[in-house]
Amino acid sequence: MLVSEKNALTIEIEDLTKSFGDQRESLLPILQEIQLKHGHISDFAQQEIARLLDIHPVEVYGVVTFYSFLSTEPKGRLIVRLCQTITCDLAGKEAIANTLEKELQIKFGETTPDKKFTLEYCNCIGMCDQGPAMLINEQVFTKLTPSKVIEILKKFN
Amino acid sequence: MPILNKLVIFDENNIEDSLKKAISSEPQDVVMEIRESGLKGRGGAGFPTGTKWLLARSAHADKKFVVCNADEGEPGTFKDRILLDEYTKLVFEGMVIAGYAIGAQKGFLYLRGEYRYLFDKLTKYLEQMRKENRLGNNILGSNYSFDIEIRLGSGAYVCGEESALIESLEGHRGEARNRPPYPVNTGYLGYPTIVNNVETFAVAHIIVAKGAEWYSKYGTSKSTGTKLLSISGDCKKPGVYEVPFGTTISDILKLVEAENTKAVQVGGASGFCIPKAEFDRTVAFEDVSTGGSVIIFNETRDMLQVLENFMEFFVEESCGQCTPCRIGNVKLLEGLMKIRNNDCSLSYIHELVDLGRSMQIASKCGLGQSSPNPFISIMEHFENEIFSQR
Ligand SMILES: Cc1cc2nc3c(=O)[nH]c(=O)nc-3n(C[C@H](O)[C@H](O)[C@H](O)COP(=O)(O)O)c2cc1C
Ligand code: SF4
Repeated sequence: MLVSEKNALTIEIEDLTKSFGDQRESLLPILQEIQLKHGHISDFAQQEIARLLDIHPVEVYGVVTFYSFLSTEPKGRLIVRLCQTITCDLAGKEAIANTLEKELQIKFGETTPDKKFTLEYCNCIGMCDQGPAMLINEQVFTKLTPSKVIEILKKFN
Repeated sequence: MPILNKLVIFDENNIEDSLKKAISSEPQDVVMEIRESGLKGRGGAGFPTGTKWLLARSAHADKKFVVCNADEGEPGTFKDRILLDEYTKLVFEGMVIAGYAIGAQKGFLYLRGEYRYLFDKLTKYLEQMRKENRLGNNILGSNYSFDIEIRLGSGAYVCGEESALIESLEGHRGEARNRPPYPVNTGYLGYPTIVNNVETFAVAHIIVAKGAEWYSKYGTSKSTGTKLLSISGDCKKPGVYEVPFGTTISDILKLVEAENTKAVQVGGASGFCIPKAEFDRTVAFEDVSTGGSVIIFNETRDMLQVLENFMEFFVEESCGQCTPCRIGNVKLLEGLMKIRNNDCSLSYIHELVDLGRSMQIASKCGLGQSSPNPFISIMEHFENEIFSQR
């Protein structure tokens, strides 16, 4: 990483500790902001957050790895999360999963080479009356059919 | 989405200025009203809300907290989303009323990360409340001050468990704590804290408006009032419904126009599977207890697939802190895979049912204590069907 990039990230984290506070309770909101902006929380970011909150980096790593929406590895700018829980499963999740894999040409758990899309499964997103459902970042899409999925992906292109 | 049966929560006529009414009465009177209503927590466990508030009120501390549990992670539940989205006033003002009743200065809404799209709207609503002096300093001209902060979750089902939720609020891994001590004594940052479900706050708002006596006319003697049910699966009209406690499963099935129903999973993945023969049972704390999830399966459904889906969920969501849950759920799932591969004896499944019973006793928190429920109840009712199909 370039020195200037490092400084930029440090400044960003310093700003976050100013707005959220530098107590332990601020850890999750800070991590969520970094995740949102950078698509992951790098080793360097974890160390800087630990330094500024005055906790051990292992504490930060422990928290990042606990929550499924936080990651240590870079992800795509758009994270597609298909609900795999029972009602969506019964409503035809499998066909949607196949369509997503074929259209994006990646498997679940993978990121497209251009770092645009990451494809994942998630558990119940509370759209059970309108399944199958998925999230793309924070946007929710319901009553999916293979052709609807293709339309939706096109909008992001 | 059909919202039928406008009884208590969904009847707009019941939305009154409860906040003003509460703040102009004594805090202990608010607590007493809630106690007399018989309101029990709507998040699943059904702890009497009035008692919880009374305990927190009597705890001595210079700070107290109110937490609204909007983690809504139980598979098949979505009624809290509707309340947050369309009945925001009931939820947030319910929190202020609770804060006043127990003597708290601050509240948190713990909103699951999956509902991030509601964040801006809810934040604006809080802004509006501050402008109208219904939140912030000296609420409605009284000397009571209270504020609410929204915190997001990050995709962990166990964070809906109240002590794990508090760990998460404090910036830790969402690992459940040993209880006691209970949050009403030792909660957020060690201060007395009440954690209540979204629906519980909404109902409290209405009880303050209409009175305990009016409210307890609905429901049964042990389960007063109504319950919001999130109904999904094989039916014509899925959605959120309000029914009085004591409603039978078969009446619910009629309501949503379900046909050829084989079984109903009540209470989500951690709930119980009710077979056709028991559809005369009722939704109530004393019979079939639920946080609100009702999932319907028709005759064509393979109960093994259903159960596998539930167990995969628990294997993923176990926090891994204690052995019965971390290993137990994996063993139960492996057993199901053995059945699928026609490589499993019935007596081994019976051993796994026993393992499930041990998990119910030995797990540290509600996740591991209830994750064997679907395994045990589906095997009890559908063992023969599952085995004869392979
Ligand atoms: C694994 C697990 C997940 C839970 N998830 C939720 C939830 O999403 N929402 C909720 O209100 N309660 C949930 N609970 C129950 C809470 O621990 C707690 O009992 C509840 O929030 C108390 O509020 P109430 O008394 O108003 O129901 C969960 C419990 C467990 C064991
Ligand atoms: S029961 Fe499961 S979720 Fe609860 S503490 Fe034990 S491992 Fe964690």
